[in-house]
Amino acid sequence: MNLQRRTTLKTGASFALIAAAVSAGVLPTSAFAQWNKNAFDAKTLNDVVKAMGGTTAEKSGDIAITAPDIAENGAVVPIAVASKLANVESIAILVEKNPNALAASFDILAGTEANVGTRVKMGQSSNVHAIVKAGGKYYVATKEVKVTLGGCGG
Amino acid sequence: MSDPMRIRAQLKDGGITEVRVLMAHVMETGQRKDSAGATVPAHHIQSISATHNGKAVLSAQFGPAVSQNPVMNFSFKGGAKGDKVTVSWTDNKGGKRTDEATIS
Amino acid sequence: MKSRNWFATITAACLSLPMALNVVAQQDAQKEIERYRQLLADGNPAELLEMRGEDLWKQKRGPKNASLEACDLGLGAGKIANANAVLPRYFADVDRVMDLESRIVHCQITLQGFTREELTKRPHSLTVAERQTDHEALTAYAVGLSRGAAVNLPQAHPKERESFLRGEKMFFFKGGPYDFSCATCHSVDGQRIRLQDLPNFQKPDNAQRAFTTWPAYRVSQGAMRTMQWRLYDCFRQQRFPELAFLSQASVDLITYMGVKAKDGKMDSPAIKR
Ligand code: HEC
Repeated sequence: MNLQRRTTLKTGASFALIAAAVSAGVLPTSAFAQWNKNAFDAKTLNDVVKAMGGTTAEKSGDIAITAPDIAENGAVVPIAVASKLANVESIAILVEKNPNALAASFDILAGTEANVGTRVKMGQSSNVHAIVKAGGKYYVATKEVKVTLGGCGG
Repeated sequence: MSDPMRIRAQLKDGGITEVRVLMAHVMETGQRKDSAGATVPAHHIQSISATHNGKAVLSAQFGPAVSQNPVMNFSFKGGAKGDKVTVSWTDNKGGKRTDEATIS
Repeated sequence: MKSRNWFATITAACLSLPMALNVVAQQDAQKEIERYRQLLADGNPAELLEMRGEDLWKQKRGPKNASLEACDLGLGAGKIANANAVLPRYFADVDRVMDLESRIVHCQITLQGFTREELTKRPHSLTVAERQTDHEALTAYAVGLSRGAAVNLPQAHPKERESFLRGEKMFFFKGGPYDFSCATCHSVDGQRIRLQDLPNFQKPDNAQRAFTTWPAYRVSQGAMRTMQWRLYDCFRQQRFPELAFLSQASVDLITYMGVKAKDGKMDSPAIKR
């Protein structure tokens, strides 16, 4: 460890305790929500919804996906999702044609905006879905992203 | 040893704090083959948690399809200049990292 | 013509999406690619490497247990900010022209006592998922501190002028199995391989854009690459002999491009496909 002035574990005792407990194996993952293996293993939109505890997802116009129509490189495709639905609990980003559809999911806690973004890998041109859980129900919006694949030059 | 994250937390109009997190991580998919033809095992961030002055504001889960050296954006209400935003991640091989930033 | 054919061949081989599109759609595609690049701009993982580089720069390291804080990049000892906008330049202490990367290595040798051999053995991380090298980190830090500075390479010293003229000659020198020069690909308007616009260095805006955005984080490689790497790779694409790291030829080519890019605003490390 060194000199990370911007950084370091200068957090309060509570976090240090949890961190210590996690590394001691006492509290394996309790500092974090349990990683939802079933959802990340799922192949389809419906199976992801089921693995997240729902049955089906209803199409919604209150979900906006910000993504390029064409991504120059599938290794890094910026995707942001915002929703105007009331009581948003979580947002998930899926790439339909990836080997496993789910790329990332976000729990929106009290005070947090229903507006998140990350960058995902896409093996090929595909639909991107955003699943939003709001008021206990699941909603979905879809956008197509074309990928111009690499493979040439450095 | 993981390299530190870069966390930027900025207070914007309307009392919303915008957070951008850069994480140094290989995000290996588990599908790539190395030069010898052997599959490189998956190695990726799984869980992320963010707190504002100790109160949880976001928890996220990543699969291997999140890009190498992940970027994450989110925003929350109630932050003030000088407050602390802390972000932690853990990966599927037990790696972890916690870093902190001050809202500006 | 031989070179044209080759160009057409790689262009075709490298085309994936554009083949499926007509010319009009291609223009729209170009606009969308521009939008893609803008979406990536905020959130450049090279910033992580800049942080690592800053720590390395300030750490006492090497046989002499010294930091690089006293390194003179041309603006005086310890003055790193904006230095990359006026490099390559002449350095009296070595009586020759050096680019940023040569000068960093020079400082590591003189201040920290590292050997040239160990520093130049593997300056670039080359395989996927390999940790970036210390050289890449130090370079990232130093160039990041020149963001916004206007490119203005000094040309008053005879050796600076000579470096430019040698670089110019090399830029137009044709050779290799395809009889290509840098100019074959980089002195023509609207030349393009796949969706990459090839900068025409005879046009100031093109030259500025290319020069000021290197080093760059390559999303295709998940790593930041330096200007020395960029030239090494263009030599490889050109089927020229391997360009030696920090060689006079590499420095001269950077001088040539830098002079052509005068008044551009440094914006690196940038992020590219
Ligand atoms: C076969 C054609 C070809 C030749 C010859 C060639 N290059 Fe390139 N060069 C390219 C391509 C293609 C790119 C863009 C690569 C990319 O985006 O991945 C490029 C990119 C560059 C860039 C970065 C431009 C930017 O905006 O990112 C520089 C600088 C450069 N070349 C310099 C040179 C120099 C100097 C030479 C001669 C030693 C040279 N090139 C020879 C094809 C060529």
